[in-house]
Amino acid sequence: MKIHLPNSAFLGNVDPFLASFNPNGKDTLEISFNKKWIFVHPLALSMVAALALTVDSSNIVCEQVEARSGHYLERMGLFDFLKVKSGISISEHEPAGRFIPLTQIKNSNKLSDFLKDMIPLLHLEPKHAESIQYIVSELVRNVLEHSASPNGAVLAAQYFKKSNTIRIGIADTGLGIKETINVSYPADNYLEAIRLALMPGITGTTTRIGGTDDNAGAGLFFIKSIANVNRDFFMIYSGDSMYKLLRKTGRNKRHVLYADPNKDQHSKRNDLPFWQGTAVGIDISLDATSEFTALLDYIRDTYSKAVRERKQAKYKKAKFI
Amino acid sequence: MNKKPISIIVYKTAGNFAENKDVARKIRQDRIIPALEKSQEVILDFQKVESTTQSFIHALISALFRNYGDDVLDRITFKNCNETVKKLINIVIEYMQLSA
Repeated sequence: MKIHLPNSAFLGNVDPFLASFNPNGKDTLEISFNKKWIFVHPLALSMVAALALTVDSSNIVCEQVEARSGHYLERMGLFDFLKVKSGISISEHEPAGRFIPLTQIKNSNKLSDFLKDMIPLLHLEPKHAESIQYIVSELVRNVLEHSASPNGAVLAAQYFKKSNTIRIGIADTGLGIKETINVSYPADNYLEAIRLALMPGITGTTTRIGGTDDNAGAGLFFIKSIANVNRDFFMIYSGDSMYKLLRKTGRNKRHVLYADPNKDQHSKRNDLPFWQGTAVGIDISLDATSEFTALLDYIRDTYSKAVRERKQAKYKKAKFI
Repeated sequence: MNKKPISIIVYKTAGNFAENKDVARKIRQDRIIPALEKSQEVILDFQKVESTTQSFIHALISALFRNYGDDVLDRITFKNCNETVKKLINIVIEYMQLSA
């Protein structure tokens, strides 16, 4: 496998980074870097780190970092995951900044511990902390419950001062969304599987409306809705497909949430290199973040409406002759 | 004869951000269902719980609707819930009743 960290890869311009990934040769991993400058979304780092966990460290070839931003990669813990010495030294007296370095989470209790530590690391106000904790909890629990990945989830997050945004990336190298959804729903391709996974009330664990005792099938719908109401980017990549909720512009305060993600302003592709597993990126603009309780009001209406529509679709119809 | 209700302090096992579904499942299986089976009423006390997730609440109470029907709400009381917790409980309850 080969993966290249370019000078820029954020959710708005992530497509070339994803398209340049070469998934061939599962036993080796080659990592290369832009020579001058590397400024990327934590999603890109999470993906590289997740890949590194699937390969014997002796089969990882990591190019020497020449870019000045090598310090950033060191601080984010990338070279620890690659098990290579970067030769970059970080002063212990440097301020911690507002980021969460690459972190591997393999079980439920570690996630709970991580969530407690996360908020101080990002220096978040309570108003913002609630949404961000919610998103990380639901995304990582999805990985732990559905991906069957022995390496669990790899995540990283960072605050970007210029845009006043927290960016979060979570990647796994597990079953991928299509295989998970196909246990209960016939999705022919990854794009359709992603669409179903984003719809409220649809879970790979059952076809029953209402879900199982432990799964409602609403986690990704809630996260997409939080991003939607806050006008943030949200991206999900699995198999050969990627769905990206585009950032809304304009000052219209009216929020319209849809159960079907294809009705949201989005872009999608099904021609990307195959990612075995799932990778999710989200941006949370701290300027635009609504109070969490206000978000829940928006979500409630759409969630209930979606259940009613799914039930109605199953009603028997009268036969007229 | 009315039995004394059982009070379950969610914070004790779930913490101030109640999100661990394994904990929710354990509360449901080990505390709530046995109490309901003994015809006791249940008080779910969310004192000190600052936030939660839809998944946690679903894992905590959705099975009760399947096992006992909507009338289970006559036997459960939610106590000391802040706005977030209240809203998420209402979302899950509405969802389960619509799904029935």
